Amino acid sequence: MNIKPGEYFLQGNEACMEAAVLAGAKFFAGYPITPSTEIAEGLARMLPESGGEFLQMEDEIACISAIIGASWGGSKALTATSGPGFSLMQEAIGYAAMTETPIVVVNVMRGGPSTGQPTRASQGDILATKYGSHGDYQVIAFAPASVQEMFDLTVKAFNYAEKYRVPTFILSDAEIGHMRGLLTVPKEIKIVNRKEKGVRRSDEAYDVPDDLVPPFPTFGKGHKATITGITHFKSKIEPEDPKIHQQLVRRLNSKITNNRRDINKWEVIEPDSKTMIVSYGSASFGAREVAAKDDRVGLLRLKSIWPLPVEPIHEVASKCEQLLVCEMNLGQLFWEIKRVALEAGCKRVELLSKIGGDPPTPGEVRHKLREMGAI
Amino acid sequence: MKLKELPDEELFTRGHTACAGCGAAVAVRNLMKVLGKRTMVVNPACCLLIFGATYPYLAWKVPFHHVAFENTAACATGMSRAMKVRGKEDTVVMGIAGDGGTADIGIQALSGAAERNEDMLYVMYDNEAYMNTGIQRSGSTPFGAWTTTTPVGKVKAGKADFKKDMPLIMMAHNVPYVATASIGNIQDFINKFEKARNMKGFRYIQVFTPCPTGWRHDTAKTIEVAKLAVDTGMWTLYECENGKVKINRKPKMTPVSEYLKVQGRFRHMKEEDVRKLQDWVTSKWEADERYAQCRQ
Repeated sequence: MNIKPGEYFLQGNEACMEAAVLAGAKFFAGYPITPSTEIAEGLARMLPESGGEFLQMEDEIACISAIIGASWGGSKALTATSGPGFSLMQEAIGYAAMTETPIVVVNVMRGGPSTGQPTRASQGDILATKYGSHGDYQVIAFAPASVQEMFDLTVKAFNYAEKYRVPTFILSDAEIGHMRGLLTVPKEIKIVNRKEKGVRRSDEAYDVPDDLVPPFPTFGKGHKATITGITHFKSKIEPEDPKIHQQLVRRLNSKITNNRRDINKWEVIEPDSKTMIVSYGSASFGAREVAAKDDRVGLLRLKSIWPLPVEPIHEVASKCEQLLVCEMNLGQLFWEIKRVALEAGCKRVELLSKIGGDPPTPGEVRHKLREMGAI
Repeated sequence: MKLKELPDEELFTRGHTACAGCGAAVAVRNLMKVLGKRTMVVNPACCLLIFGATYPYLAWKVPFHHVAFENTAACATGMSRAMKVRGKEDTVVMGIAGDGGTADIGIQALSGAAERNEDMLYVMYDNEAYMNTGIQRSGSTPFGAWTTTTPVGKVKAGKADFKKDMPLIMMAHNVPYVATASIGNIQDFINKFEKARNMKGFRYIQVFTPCPTGWRHDTAKTIEVAKLAVDTGMWTLYECENGKVKINRKPKMTPVSEYLKVQGRFRHMKEEDVRKLQDWVTSKWEADERYAQCRQ
């Protein structure tokens, strides 16, 4: 049964699975892994009752491959995993990007590398999401920081995956996945479905329109389509032609980077402060408290990470004197943000990095700000 | 080796953090007594890793190697080859994994190692679900069983598929030794591990280890449940030594409902489902028996 509009007290992982069903997900393939297992367990109950399919696969490679298959079969599909499982999925993420398959992967991040800290939060998979598979490709990734955002951004993830035909990620973590909080389910939810044109011409699926996102030729609806991870031009496999490869890969990247303004979501507290903090996900808890109480400090909280929200970072960095990036890894998005900030004329960009499972506390953020001479 | 002759020295010691009545802990404690000190252990993510190797409750008195989930047999391959390079012939490299790490995610590495006839002992302790992450179904979960990913709901109730026959898959690899064991039949268990220890090449033993937490049975009845599994024919005890199959114990063919009713995970099963499972057990035993006759 779909969740009804109203207020609920739920876990982040539960909010995510409720949102997935509301967004129209009909297929889930999962594999047990802490701290994401609740999503699989919940969907094992919910999907069969709403006419969907739940499958537990034999490993994470099978999970992501199954949802790619389901997506081509016409179902909105998702999987949920964490660190080690996410590493196994990497090849298929590149495959999904190359074949322009809309899928949603929920990565409830935990401390790595390897088995690491299965029950503790981390933001260690930020670069793996964008650069983990080989080759140049773009993905969309959201970073929720509350139970409500876990819900809202999961719906958005499905919408953007469908709109741009791209693998889309929810980069949550053990803290947010297991946190309980207030969830308000709105009366109306905007749902975007993939572009599917009629079958006027059998090879219509290969036409590239102005927005660079070709219509989706769902299998079994009369479309003629050859789907391949090899460099292709229309239905032809052309791995040897440099021009075709260049055209294809540039388009796959441009269709996302051209639409950064549409995709990126963020929130700014005290935008005109001398010192700005840039943070996301559970790393932003402490920074948010500091920014709310102290006039000298502001916060840019990124709700989406990939494609990199260049515009808001540039705007904030051009107005402030110094910038502090706060994340739960040894500096991953920091380098990307620093590059943009320095280009915008910001003089100093510092990093507050914390690993081990606990988000940075307000005290630790203040300590770092004092070191920087900001407060 | 007789049960009475088992050494007193524990190589998997007390003080680990397994649940009360854990079948896997019983299996590992006893098999380590048989294998002895010259053993090195390769172990992926599973209950055994958590309850046996978490600081400061490390229970192993032999070298212990925790590896990623899907590659126990591959890591054990490297270790066994390195032992060969160093000329250490008297060491047993044991890969030990649960049913998820063997029958599901680990089967690729396992099949490769078996095909190359690597010199290792691979033990699958079969508690019939992913217990470490909180009772999710695996390929080895029996028909009808409740798990958190085969929940009892309006549309579906329990697992709809039957248990994967891992020993048969391993026998198809034509390796020197494949056996099934149970903690409920301890002398047979000892015999098999002793035989495996003294052999070279790829050896596979699948041990039936009930899990009170996941199977929802009384913690005092672990051994009883393991014995019932053999008596009802849910679990056949046999071994395949250099291509020759021998049934070690004929099941009494006690009705399978006797086995089901002591476990909460089968509580929801309707009569027709029990019949379906009984038919599966009967035909599985007939097939096992015929198979043994063919490969005598």
